[in-house]
Amino acid sequence: MKRSALVGGLLLLPLPVMFFALMVGRYPISPGEVFAALTGGEVAEVVRALVLRIRLPRIGAAALVGANLAVAGAVYQGVFRNPLVEGRLLGVSSGAGLGAALAFLLFPQPAVVQAFAFAGGALGVALTALLGWTFGGGVLVLVIAGVLVDSFLSAVLGLVKYAADPLGTLPAITYWLLGGLSGVRVPDLLPLGIASGIGLSFFLLARWRLNLLTLADQEAEALGVRVRPTRFLVVGMGTLLVASAVSVSGTVSWVGLLVPHAARAVVGPDYARLLPAAAGLGAALVVALDTLARTLLTAEIPLGILTGLLGAPLFLVLFLRFLRERGGWR
Amino acid sequence: MAVRLRAGGLVYAYIPGRPVLRGITLELRSGETAFLLGPNGSGKTTFLDCIGGLRPPAEGEVLLDDRPLGSFSARERAQQVGYVPQFHEPPFNFTAWEVVLMGRAPYVRWLSQPKERDRRAADEALAALNLAGFRDRPYYTLSGGERRLVLVARGLAQGAAFLLLDEPDAHLDPANQHRVLLAVQEVVGEGLGAAITSHSPNNALLYADRVALFSAGEVLAQGAPGEVVTPPLLERAYGIPFISVGDGPGPRAVLPADQRPTRSRNP
Repeated sequence: MKRSALVGGLLLLPLPVMFFALMVGRYPISPGEVFAALTGGEVAEVVRALVLRIRLPRIGAAALVGANLAVAGAVYQGVFRNPLVEGRLLGVSSGAGLGAALAFLLFPQPAVVQAFAFAGGALGVALTALLGWTFGGGVLVLVIAGVLVDSFLSAVLGLVKYAADPLGTLPAITYWLLGGLSGVRVPDLLPLGIASGIGLSFFLLARWRLNLLTLADQEAEALGVRVRPTRFLVVGMGTLLVASAVSVSGTVSWVGLLVPHAARAVVGPDYARLLPAAAGLGAALVVALDTLARTLLTAEIPLGILTGLLGAPLFLVLFLRFLRERGGWR
Repeated sequence: MAVRLRAGGLVYAYIPGRPVLRGITLELRSGETAFLLGPNGSGKTTFLDCIGGLRPPAEGEVLLDDRPLGSFSARERAQQVGYVPQFHEPPFNFTAWEVVLMGRAPYVRWLSQPKERDRRAADEALAALNLAGFRDRPYYTLSGGERRLVLVARGLAQGAAFLLLDEPDAHLDPANQHRVLLAVQEVVGEGLGAAITSHSPNNALLYADRVALFSAGEVLAQGAPGEVVTPPLLERAYGIPFISVGDGPGPRAVLPADQRPTRSRNP
C-alpha cells in the first residue's frame, strides 16, 4: 500500500539527515570519512573523535528530542481530543523551566539542571493530573487544570528569575529557556535514552489503541476501554517523553504541535500509521534545525528560536489546510 | 436459543434522592427490536446506559443470560453488548473504515495491533450495511444518515449479541430514518437483539417487535407495538391527547389530537 510505504519512508528519514549532519560543521568531513568513523574503519583519530564524541551525541540527542516531542504531541492531541494541544498545556514546560531555574540558582551543575528540569516537568504534570483527577478526570477539567498549573508555575519561575543574579545566573536561565543542544554531553544521553526507549516503545506498540482515546468517554467505555486509567497512563508516558526531552534541550517550541499535523497530512489520522511517521519526521526535523543552529552563523543560534521562526508560518499553512478540509471554522 | 439481557428493579439517580429510574424491570431478547419510548427526561437513555453496563445502577441488577453484567470485565462486556451513540464527533478526520475498525477494540490486546480477522470483520460490517463504497471516505464528508449507518456498522463489527442505539432516528430526514432503522431490522433478522430509544411512536409502530413506554422513571406499559402505542397510553406518558389513524389494514400511525382547527379554518 502506498501509505505504508510513506510511513516507512518517514520513519527512516532521520538516518540520511543524521548522516548529513555528521558531515557538516565548522570542520567539514567527507561522507567516506563519516562512514569509516561510524563503522570503525581507517580514519584520522581527530576525525573519529569529532564524529563519535562531539557530533554524534548531539545529533543523537536532537533525534530523540524531536521524536519524543512529536510523539508526545500527537498523543496529547488525541487524548485531549483537541488538535491544538502540545506538551506545554499540561505544565510540563513551565515545570521543567522552573526546575532548571532553581538548579541554576542553587546547584549550577549540568547534571543537576537536567535532573531538576525533568523532576519539575514531571511535577507540573503530576499537579495537573492530581487536580484533574480530583474533579473527575474529564478532558475539559484536565485542560483547565493544565492552564492553572502552567500559569502558576510560570509565575514562580518569574520569581526565581527575579531573585537570580542578573550577571551570571539570570543569563544562564534565560539561555536555557531559549532551548538548545550545544551543551549536550555524553552522560546526558543516558537518562534521555532510557526514558525515550521506554516511552517510544510503549507508544509504538500501543499505537492503534490511541485511536480509541479520541472517542467520547462513553463511546470508548462501550468499546471496552477503561478510559480513566488508560488516559492517565498515556498522559504519564507522554510526560516521560516530553520531560526527558525538555530536560536536555530546554524549551523547543512548535515541534510537538506541528510535526503531528504535518505527519497527519501525509499518512492520515490513524495512530497506527501516524505515530511512526511523526517520530521519524520529528527526529529528522530537529536534527536538521539543530544542524542549522550550529552552522548558520559563527555563533550558535538557540534552537528554540529557530523552531519558533519556522513554526508560526508553517502553522498558518497547516491551519488553512485544516479549514479547507473541515469546510470552514465551526 | 435466544440470549436474554434482563434488567431487574433498576434504580438510578444522578442526584441522590431524585431517582431517574425508579425500579425498571425489562427484558431484551436476541432476534428482537425493542423500542424505548417516553418523554424527555423519562429515563430512556439512562436505562440504555445501565443495561449497557456504562452506569452501575444504585439498586437492582442487569443479567446477561443469568450472569450479572457487573461481573464482566469491560472487554468481555463489550464483546456482548454494543453501543451506538447518537453523535460521534471525532477530532480527526478518520475514514469510515477506520471508525468501524475501532469496534474491534474488545478483541485487540493492549500493545498489539488489529489482526487480519479484525480488518475482515470491519469490511464485513460495512458490506452488511451496503457501505462498502464508503470504505475510504473521510468521516467528515459523510451525510448525517451515512454517519449513523457507519456507527451502526461499528456496533456490528463489535460482534456483540445486543446493540443499544441512542436515538438513531434523531435529526434525520424520513428517508434516512427509514434506511437506518431498516438496516437495524435486517441485522436483528440475523439474530442480534436491538434496543432503540426514540421520540417517534410511529417509528416504533413500523420497526419494533416490542415497545416499552417510559414515564417519569417507570415503565408505563410494555408489549407489542399495537398494544402499547395507543392514544390512551401515549396521553398518559406525554400529557397530550393522541388520535390513531389508518386503523384498517395497512400501517397505522398516531398523531397529536389537538390540530388547532380554529386557526386553519377561520383565518
